[in-house]
Amino acid sequence: MWSPNKIKQTLEHILPTVQKPGRYVGGEYNQIIKDWNTIQTKVALVFPDIYDLGMSNLGMTILYDLLNQREDVLAERAYAPWVDMEAAMQTAGMPLYSLETKHPLSNFDIIGISLPYETLYTNTLNIMNLAGIPIKAKDRDGNNFPLIVAGGHATFNPEPMHAFIDAFVIGEGEEVIFEILDVYQAWKKNGKTKNALLLSLSKIWGIYIPSLYKAHYLKDGTFSHIEKTAKQASLPIIKRIVPKLPPPTTKFIVPFIDIVHNRASIEIMRGCTRGCRFCHAGMVTRPVRERPVEEIIQSIDEIIENTGFEEIGLLSLSSSDYTHVVELVEKLRERYLHKHLSISLPSLRIETVTVDLMDALASDRRGGFTLAPEAGTGRMRRIINKPVPMEQILSTTREIYKHGWNTIKLYFMIGLPSETLDDVQAIADLCRTILHEGHKIIGNRAKVHIGVSTFVPKVHTPFQWVPLDTIERIREKQSLLKRKLHNPGLKLNLNKPEETYLEAWLSRGDRRISEVIAIAWKNGAKFDAWKEHFNFQAWMYAFAAVGLNPSFYTHRQRSIDEALPWDHISTAVRKKFLAQDYAWSKSGKTRIDCREKCYACGILPTFADSRRENPGDSWKCPEVKNHRNRIKAINS
Amino acid sequence: MRFRITFSKTEAMRYTSNLDLNRTWGRIFQRAKLPVAYSQGYNPRPKISLASALPLGFTSEGEILDVWLEQDLQSDEVLEKLQKTLPLGIRIINIEPIEDKSPKTQKLITASEYLLTLPENAPHLDDRIHKLLEQEHIIRERRGKQYDLRPLILAIHVESKINSNRPQITLLLKAQEGATGRPDEVLKELGIDPSYTKIHRKKIHLTSPALN
Repeated sequence: MWSPNKIKQTLEHILPTVQKPGRYVGGEYNQIIKDWNTIQTKVALVFPDIYDLGMSNLGMTILYDLLNQREDVLAERAYAPWVDMEAAMQTAGMPLYSLETKHPLSNFDIIGISLPYETLYTNTLNIMNLAGIPIKAKDRDGNNFPLIVAGGHATFNPEPMHAFIDAFVIGEGEEVIFEILDVYQAWKKNGKTKNALLLSLSKIWGIYIPSLYKAHYLKDGTFSHIEKTAKQASLPIIKRIVPKLPPPTTKFIVPFIDIVHNRASIEIMRGCTRGCRFCHAGMVTRPVRERPVEEIIQSIDEIIENTGFEEIGLLSLSSSDYTHVVELVEKLRERYLHKHLSISLPSLRIETVTVDLMDALASDRRGGFTLAPEAGTGRMRRIINKPVPMEQILSTTREIYKHGWNTIKLYFMIGLPSETLDDVQAIADLCRTILHEGHKIIGNRAKVHIGVSTFVPKVHTPFQWVPLDTIERIREKQSLLKRKLHNPGLKLNLNKPEETYLEAWLSRGDRRISEVIAIAWKNGAKFDAWKEHFNFQAWMYAFAAVGLNPSFYTHRQRSIDEALPWDHISTAVRKKFLAQDYAWSKSGKTRIDCREKCYACGILPTFADSRRENPGDSWKCPEVKNHRNRIKAINS
Repeated sequence: MRFRITFSKTEAMRYTSNLDLNRTWGRIFQRAKLPVAYSQGYNPRPKISLASALPLGFTSEGEILDVWLEQDLQSDEVLEKLQKTLPLGIRIINIEPIEDKSPKTQKLITASEYLLTLPENAPHLDDRIHKLLEQEHIIRERRGKQYDLRPLILAIHVESKINSNRPQITLLLKAQEGATGRPDEVLKELGIDPSYTKIHRKKIHLTSPALN
């Protein structure tokens, strides 16, 4: 058995031999240490990548803060050790431990794993293994091993990870975590079986217990349906939302080594009203809820007092759509201009970046100004429902150069449905035109940085039926871009087609993909999100071993009436709505901002009560006044 | 107004690099709401200057930092505000106002004094040290560059008053720009594994140390 003391002593010898030992010691300002021996329920929060990334994750920060506010609960952190530390730990035979008190993860009651994206799946298995916990849920008996709970955007399709996780949180975690704790504590007192615990958990809104369902497939290998194996299990499983955003966390842990985003963050708005058809986040985080300006400013004051951070990020999916964005930025500027605080406001939309906003953002111009036109032609931008006219893109970029920025960063996607080489050529033309305009305004100082990723069809979006572009066509499109964007003043960044593949089969995978993940991991796949560690061979071997064809998942056009392996998970946006939106995309028909007009995506009928309890401006969905009439109107 | 702070660096804080320690101090002053002066120019930074980088993993009770404030304040007041927001592993040992124009600590520093707590089995320690000191040159390589370690060793002796059941050595190493000795290099030359040794800086000398 490894005690915290033995772990601390072993670390003394191991840490001098690894890179960035500060990742593995905890002890930061604002970390919370509670008395292990008197606290009833112990939760380990795990981000399955290194400290540098995990510490920048706002979701983890929020849950850590909320859980530790509860007196009968302690929450501690753990991250994936980098490969050098993993090797050193294995040589010493030392299990993965929590940063706060150095307890082995297996000593916790509950392990909560954050899964914001699919490329963390193999790391999740690796972490369980490093903690001495069997990776398969069926091999873990509830009295000897912690309950493994996972949540985050990737879990809107939980099926690829169904074999490893005991309970998934579908949707937002801020309230449901307390219900999980209540159920857990009641179960622990009466000493029943793990299955009894899972059955009780399944009654909580937003909780999905994969072991209570069985998947069936048709002869052609496509998914048929999901069957409940327990009467009490719910079907469909409706995502959880918090009707009102809870007050922002202001007690951030202050790292003493550099991390990816070494700053505090405040979510100014959750959800997005734009409905870009490729965007998973935009579909699954509805409805839009905004935070009041006063609350944001007060929280920033508290954050500075609590942490001393030099930078605050204002987060949302589309910052410039935040109703009071100019007021907010101006107030912040007034308040903090002479206090050496920099404010970052990512995710600005081209058509809403006004001159006022640029003036208000005056502070830091070194980083460049980022815009995401996504596609090069108006046709393509209508197909993806991000219809920004060419002239608007050009006038916005002109203003950006005029307002003192030298570098404009542009994000595009290739491989979108029905894309031709002409559409790709248009990306190059647009970038060159913008650079040319920049030259006219500020001469050779003007730069354009271009990031081009490959579109991956995502579950619960209008493009969930479409095939991924073939590797040959991706290569062809990438080489076209390389040829056309080879110029001083232009910098092009592309990602490898193989990495796109991995994301593609994991995101639309079914339950059978679990075994592929397990075998790929056993054969060395881990840190899949890291270029230098991505092991395509291990994955290809795993598919062959399981007898599945990766292109069944990536390159098959699904028909609209096909049952999808994630249909039983409801984001409250109806499949019918997504199918209609997909049909509209083919005819180039767009939907404007749904702040202006409700398209009845399905959110309101599902969450009518929540909306009624939160009237007025905080939600961007129409108000629900009279229960029955209103719902009828929306459904018709 | 300029203050000189002597502080300890222990616990987890010993894994903080010099650059990150600088940022950590910036945040301490920010939390303490002390009016730190900022550098001029494109990218203003708090005016904080650390005398000498301590290698990762070493502890210390003698780190030195100079900070410039925009207001004249009493040492006691600065100390009181700082005490409330110090992270684990940093304790203030001394704080004093100093002449605004006095030279930078990096220019004044001459030597660093270390206390090394060795693994239990380090036999013939006196012999090993004696042999080390007998050599005229000790040519070692660090980051692909050759250098002579011998002239950087100003003094070394085994502690007779032992605070531990492990043998301890006091080591005085030259610390000037371009000529700074590292205690782990001395340990390797003595045939002792530095990862099993506790290395602790006792003092940074800002004037020539008295040798004994």
